[in-house]
Amino acid sequence: MSLSPKLHDCRDAFVASLQREAAQNSNIVAVCNDSVGSSKLSGFATQWPERLINVGIAEQNMVGVGAGLANGGKVPFVCAASCFLTGRALEQIKADVAYSQANVKLCGISSGMAYGELGPTHHSIEDFAWLRVLPGIVIIAPADPTETQGAVEFAVQHEGPVFLRLSRVGVPDIFDSEHLFVPGKANILHEGDDLTIIANGTLTHRALDAARVLSGQGINARVLNMATVSPIDTDAIVAAARETGAILTCEEHSVHGGLGSCIAEVVVQNHPVPMKILGVPGIFAPTGSANFLLDEFGMSAEGIQAASRDLVARKGG
Amino acid sequence: MDEHDLRKTARQIRLLDLETVYRAGAGHIGGEMSAIDILTTLYFHTLSIDPAQPDRADRDRFILSKGHTACALYVTLAVRGFLPEEELNTFLQPYSALNGHPNRVKVPGVETNTGCLGHGLPIAVGMAKAAKISGENWRVFVLCGDGELQEGSNWEAVMAAAHFKLDNLTLIVDNNRLQQGARVSDTNKLAPLGEKLSAFGWHSVDIDGHDISQIAHALDANQQQPGLPTCVVANTFKGQGISFMRDRVEWHHKVPDVAQYQQARIELEADLP
Repeated sequence: MSLSPKLHDCRDAFVASLQREAAQNSNIVAVCNDSVGSSKLSGFATQWPERLINVGIAEQNMVGVGAGLANGGKVPFVCAASCFLTGRALEQIKADVAYSQANVKLCGISSGMAYGELGPTHHSIEDFAWLRVLPGIVIIAPADPTETQGAVEFAVQHEGPVFLRLSRVGVPDIFDSEHLFVPGKANILHEGDDLTIIANGTLTHRALDAARVLSGQGINARVLNMATVSPIDTDAIVAAARETGAILTCEEHSVHGGLGSCIAEVVVQNHPVPMKILGVPGIFAPTGSANFLLDEFGMSAEGIQAASRDLVARKGG
Repeated sequence: MDEHDLRKTARQIRLLDLETVYRAGAGHIGGEMSAIDILTTLYFHTLSIDPAQPDRADRDRFILSKGHTACALYVTLAVRGFLPEEELNTFLQPYSALNGHPNRVKVPGVETNTGCLGHGLPIAVGMAKAAKISGENWRVFVLCGDGELQEGSNWEAVMAAAHFKLDNLTLIVDNNRLQQGARVSDTNKLAPLGEKLSAFGWHSVDIDGHDISQIAHALDANQQQPGLPTCVVANTFKGQGISFMRDRVEWHHKVPDVAQYQQARIELEADLP
C-alpha cells in the first residue's frame, strides 16, 4: 500500500516564483482587489509595499490600472479570484489588455470550483471559454508547483498578455524540479496507444491515476498534460488522434467552450476520432467541495477509467 | 504657440475633421467639434511629446476615452506630425489604420485602444501610478465625454485616483451636456459634476472648454494641487463652430450632405478673420 502523496496549494509556488522574479526585476508590480490574503500577496506587500497596488473591490478598474501600469513600463501581475477577474472585467480584458496588446499578466486565483461550497457565483468554470476567443492572450493552467513556477517565469519574460489559471485545490507533484515548462507544448506523462486522456490543472493527476489503473486492466492510455490552452498544441492533439484513435478530455471547467472544445475543434478539422468531454455538464453546480464536485461530474479516477473504457469500446465499434 | 496660433490650428483641425467625416460618410462630428479646442491645446501647448519618438518613455500620456471621436484625434495627430496628413484619406476605408476608434498598435501616438466607454480613466490611473512608483514626473491626461461618466468603472477609478494621491493625473470632461440619444440631464444626470469630483477628493475646476487660454491655464502644471488629482470640467457645445450642428443632439453621428458641408466650411473659414 502506497502512502498518499503530499498535496500542494499552487498559490504557494505562484507567490514564491513571483517574489523571486520581483527581486530580480524592479518593474514587476502586483495589482489586486482587496485580495492580498487570498492571492497570498502579504509577503510581496511586506517586501515591496510601493509595488503592491490594491485598488479595493473594483475589478474593472483593476484591469484598466494593470493596462496603464504596463503602458508606464511596469510588468503588472493582476491577481484576483478568477470568477471576478474574468467575469466582471471581461470587457477591460478584451479592449485594454488583449486588443491593446498590453503587457499584463492576469492571474486567476482559485479558478474552477476551488470555492466549491460558496456556489456558482464564486466558481470560474467559464474562464477558458471567455478568454480563449480573445486573440493574443496566452492561457496557462498549470498542474503542479513546478509547472506553476515555469508558467510564472514564462509570463515575466513574455512581452504580451498572459492568463495564469491557478487553483488552491491540493495537487501532488507531477514534474520533477528539472522540468522545463514550454508554453504551447503538451507533455506526454504516460504512454499508451488505446486512447489519449488530455487534462490540465487540477485534473492532470486524476487522469494520470486513472491511466495507471487502466494499464492493469489491459487499456493503455496516453496521458497528455495540456497546460497551455491558447495557443493550443495542435501537433500533439493530431498525433494523439492518429496514434491512439480516441480522445478523452478532463477539465475543471464547463464542457462548453473550454479545453475539450479546443481539442474537439482541432480533432474534427484534422483527424476525426471518437471523443468524450468531461467537465461541468452545462449546469450551475450543486453545493459541494471542488473535489466532491469533480467526482460527482465523473472525474474521479474511477469515473475517468469508466469513460475511457466506454470510449475504447466505441472506437472498436 | 500663442493663443492666436492655437485658435488657427483648432480651426484647421475642425476643417480637416469636417472634410474627413464628409469624405468617409461616417463619424461622430458633433462630439469632435466639442473636443477640438481641448485636443489642440493639449497637443500644441500642454503635452510633452515628440512625433519623432512617439514611444519615448518619459512622454506625457493622453487617452481619448471618448474613442468614438477618433477622427478628431487622427486629424490632430496628423497636424502635429505623428502621421502623414494624406493618411486621413483612408479613414474608415478597408484595412486602414484609422478605424472608427483608435488603435495603439496601428497609429503612432495612440496610447491604448478605446471605444468601450469608461475604460480610459482606469488606464490613466494605472499610468499615473506607474510614474509615481518610478519617481518620474511625466503627466497623464484623459478626455472623457460627460455622458461617458454614467459608466460605473469611472467612479471606481475616481476613488482610486484620490486614494493614490495622483496629482500627476488630469481628467478633462468634455461637458457638452448631450449624449447619443438625448440631453444628459434627461437621461441620467451628472450635475453638479465638479462638486461630485470635489466630494471624491479631487481638485476640480470649471472652464469654458472653447476658450483656449482657459484650457491652457487649467492644464498648466502649476495648477496641480499637491496630492490631489485634477478634474477640469470643460463646458463645451456639441457641434461647436458650425451653427446648425451646435448643441443639437442629432449631430452626434449624423453626416453632412453636400449643402451642409459647404455651409459648414464657410462658417469655419469665417471663424477667424
